[in-house]
Amino acid sequence: MKHARVMYEGREYTGTSHEFGGHPDAAVRLSDGRVIFQDLLTWLPPLAPTPRPRTILALGLNYADHAKELEFKAPEEPLVFIKGENTLTGHRQLTRRPGNVQFMHYECELTIVVGKTASKVKRDDAHDFIAGYTIANDYAIRDYLENWYRPNLRVKNRDTCTPLGPWLVDAADIADPMALALQTTVNGKVTQSGNTKDMIFGVGFLIEYFSSFMTLQPGDLILTGTPDGVVDCRPGDVVVTSIEGLGDLINTIE
Amino acid sequence: MSWMPEGTVYGTLLNFRAEMAALAPQMAQPPYKAAPKAPVLYIKPANTWSTHGESIAVPGRVPEVEIGATIAMVMGAQGQVAGYVLMNDLSIPHASYFRPPVKFKCLDGFLGIGERMLPADQAGDPSAFRLEVHINGALKQSVDFSQLVRPAAQLLADVGEFMTLHAGDVLMLGSDLGRPLAKAGDRIDITAPGFRTLSHTLAEETA
Repeated sequence: MKHARVMYEGREYTGTSHEFGGHPDAAVRLSDGRVIFQDLLTWLPPLAPTPRPRTILALGLNYADHAKELEFKAPEEPLVFIKGENTLTGHRQLTRRPGNVQFMHYECELTIVVGKTASKVKRDDAHDFIAGYTIANDYAIRDYLENWYRPNLRVKNRDTCTPLGPWLVDAADIADPMALALQTTVNGKVTQSGNTKDMIFGVGFLIEYFSSFMTLQPGDLILTGTPDGVVDCRPGDVVVTSIEGLGDLINTIE
Repeated sequence: MSWMPEGTVYGTLLNFRAEMAALAPQMAQPPYKAAPKAPVLYIKPANTWSTHGESIAVPGRVPEVEIGATIAMVMGAQGQVAGYVLMNDLSIPHASYFRPPVKFKCLDGFLGIGERMLPADQAGDPSAFRLEVHINGALKQSVDFSQLVRPAAQLLADVGEFMTLHAGDVLMLGSDLGRPLAKAGDRIDITAPGFRTLSHTLAEETA
């Protein structure tokens, strides 16, 4: 099942993906039973509220080809940073490009949504602690990179610079999260394509690694990094990050 | 009930002049290649939060932890500061500040949080804040918040240039050079005029 959270007629609803006219995911069946087309909804990140702020872990350089593109050797342990909830926004929303910057790029990332409290979990058991998966577009503005706790928060913690969604897809519906095709288009042209099989540190490893020193809670997120093929995006560009089985996350740069 | 953060908790590196001066000779060298321009921040996620009096577990592989005693701003509405809270920001000592410090700073329990928020209208000018760190009753560090690189209002403005701090978010002012070390069995008391003492005992992690 693909779950959404949306605003419609001024109210927040949960809902599920609904096929229309042969197009899967074309609409959402709201919790009250009405079926509404995607573009009539205001989309929120597909996440239930958490009692405490959710922890948003994100990987850098987690695909060998992207590490090479950025002129780094593949890391021997995960390069991880943390993001605040201020950075999240939903499907079909706007993300701002600051004035006077030269290089703002998307990053299409498989995102793990934690389903159960996880402490000292072994990688073979990791699946039991995952509620599902979604797509993150983890934008970066490279002009602001500094070599202090890099990638620094000025690059990675900007408001609305992490579109998330459209759906939370139940883990049971994804047979193998380590064999999903990823693709990004900018204004309809394919600029990034890859596959989660090329991750350096995979889903099971990451659950084991993080839960070895920090307890993960339901609703926490792990953004697993992006493959090769990032390009500069300008105001007005429509950026669609897609992952096999998870849908198409649409974002427009303003 | 102890006060607890409702939003994201941000820490600030290199916001004391002595801390900046000590690192200055390395700043032009790799991997840094330049002094930092924007505030250098990190996040202490909810798994790190410990209330006053809680025992904090230290992994057996870590002989000592660094005590980052500080005072944090708690955000209210419209970017105003609602108040201030004492914090004990623990880290596994690390010499390099090149990569984000998640594995050093985000262990369960590694942020002690003061029992009460001191409301901003009772706190006065944050540059007048002083605190002391005592380990097993002995004074180990005195911190003077007139020595900040970016005083509280400047730090807020410079962070606000690139991200929004929402009501409930927390931003630490920084911890000074000379952060004391402590080990399992030690008792840490952080005292500051106007604040209730923040105390923790470190315990060896049980398997």
